[in-house]
Amino acid sequence: MDLVLAVVVGLFIALGVYLLLSRALIRMLMGMLVLGNGVNLLIFTAGRLTREVAPIVPPGLEQAAGAIANPLPQALILTAIVIGFAMFSFLLVLSYRAYQTLDCDDTDEMRLAEPADAPNPPLSY
Amino acid sequence: MEELVQTSAVAAADWIVVLPLVLALIGAALALMLRNNGRVTFLLALLVVVAAIACEIGLALRIWQEGPVSMTMGNWLPPFGISFTADLFGISFALAASVVTLLVLFYAEADRSAADGRDGFHALVLLLLAGVTGSFLTGDLFNLYVWFEVMLIASFGLIVTGGSALQFDGAVKYGFLNFLATTLFLLALGLLYGTIGTLNMADIIGKAPAANPAVMTAIAALLLLAFGMKAAAFPVNAWLPASYHTPPTAISALFAGLLTKVGVYAALRSLVVLLPATRDVLEPVIALVAIASMILGPLGALGETHLRRAMGFFVIGGIGAAFAGIALATPGGIGGAGAYIFHSMLTMTALYLVSGMIERSTGQIDTRHMGGLYASSAPLSIMFLLLVLAVAGVPPLLGFWPKLLLIEAGVAQGGWLGTSLVVALVLNAVLTLIAGTRIWAHVFWRQAAGTGKVPAVRGALLRYGAAAAIVGLAVAVGLWPDWLLAGARMGAADLADPARYIAAVGLAGSAP
Repeated sequence: MDLVLAVVVGLFIALGVYLLLSRALIRMLMGMLVLGNGVNLLIFTAGRLTREVAPIVPPGLEQAAGAIANPLPQALILTAIVIGFAMFSFLLVLSYRAYQTLDCDDTDEMRLAEPADAPNPPLSY
Repeated sequence: MEELVQTSAVAAADWIVVLPLVLALIGAALALMLRNNGRVTFLLALLVVVAAIACEIGLALRIWQEGPVSMTMGNWLPPFGISFTADLFGISFALAASVVTLLVLFYAEADRSAADGRDGFHALVLLLLAGVTGSFLTGDLFNLYVWFEVMLIASFGLIVTGGSALQFDGAVKYGFLNFLATTLFLLALGLLYGTIGTLNMADIIGKAPAANPAVMTAIAALLLLAFGMKAAAFPVNAWLPASYHTPPTAISALFAGLLTKVGVYAALRSLVVLLPATRDVLEPVIALVAIASMILGPLGALGETHLRRAMGFFVIGGIGAAFAGIALATPGGIGGAGAYIFHSMLTMTALYLVSGMIERSTGQIDTRHMGGLYASSAPLSIMFLLLVLAVAGVPPLLGFWPKLLLIEAGVAQGGWLGTSLVVALVLNAVLTLIAGTRIWAHVFWRQAAGTGKVPAVRGALLRYGAAAAIVGLAVAVGLWPDWLLAGARMGAADLADPARYIAAVGLAGSAP
């Protein structure tokens, strides 16, 4: 199972990188989303998969009797999902506003902050 | 296992480690609620930042005497609870960040009009400060990621404050690339946790040497890429000159002073302290990154006519110098990198503030259309020239001492690595001097293109005061550098030999 998930993580991240290499903002957004999910899945897999043993310490004991699922990666993923969602929402709105304002979604043509035909610096000292 | 369930209460005095960022977070929440009244949020922000500075000075004095201080959250003992660990470098950078924020708040107040009241500027600045302070003081890698994101979301808000088309263009590039960098950092975190099962920095120092060196090297390479992107080191620096000049002056000054430095600091900590065994493979890469940033930064400034974009290239050159210290990784090199980060936080902020004042006085943003400012504003020209000299590293200004430490360390290291870094550091100084004085000559010395008359602007006193305070600080520390050098030596010693750091966290027994 770990191996299958590792392959899935690889696919997610490869797809995310591929989409991020695009010039269109909307594809880059999707790339961010897929990449983020790939990373979350990676953290999940990194915690090792254990089936059907919840990380609950029975009453009267100070630690669980046998092997239990690792709760920490799940806490990490939850944090990462929330943060990733906030960041993605912001980028989504930002991209939409940029598309409305600049009237393009091609990063090659978004040259307002860095004009393509910038003048040469003066040669005087 | 007995100790694990036994909880240890945090000594009341140790809470001071998190106090600065708790204050900033509470201040940010209050400022958001009170955002209808710009005057009140301004006073609130001042109060919070001054209180944070007071805490940080107290903590710095304590660290100076006793060594690193640590506290762990929620009554969980260290490798499990989230630790906050302040050592001398962390607290010095946090202190510099707060001081810079305080002065930028004053400067911004002069620029803000009554109509800007509701944009939540002060809340975002305090949130940014909380993120930066948290990044400097945390002792847990995942927590570092969280503070990175706090910092990032606050900077997203700030970079689009005002909402011009130019800002949206810059923000798209800034936003995507920085979010990608933190995602790569998270990826490296996941791999690290999967390999050694811990994210507490002191615990990683103990456990990393036993792990598979090839895996650790791959993780360190990912961290180098992620932090290099955050720091805008060559070749992943393209977002900085594309975005830093777009927001209002005060905001870009804050960014220039704080954000990239957090990336360098994280690189310093992770590559030098946490995973030192990976340096065999990565050292030439880090050295190349450092040399390329140091030389291409000022060259970019030389070819740039937009004033604040040129300043962005100076920031990149400075990042290269700090990476030179990471490449050397001897106590001298680490001390030099630390002192350089400290210097860069103050100097770069001041440089952006003064550039903003020049833009305001001339009504232009392009150096080709400026001129003759020397006649109309002597203080401005003196401040700009002092700052250019400080960035280049001309004695006796602040920038000279870190470069001296770095060159000393490079000469002591010798070999190809040390020699090429020393050559690059000297070239960086010369090129920065050429680019900076050329801009100075164009803006101040050349015959005025327009009328050359400075329009009277509201709040000039606040602006001059804020910029002059940082310039004065840079000159004063440059003239009396004893404590800077002693601090660099002591902080570097703690990074080079983290025994005191591990002991402060309470994991001394598990160290190899």
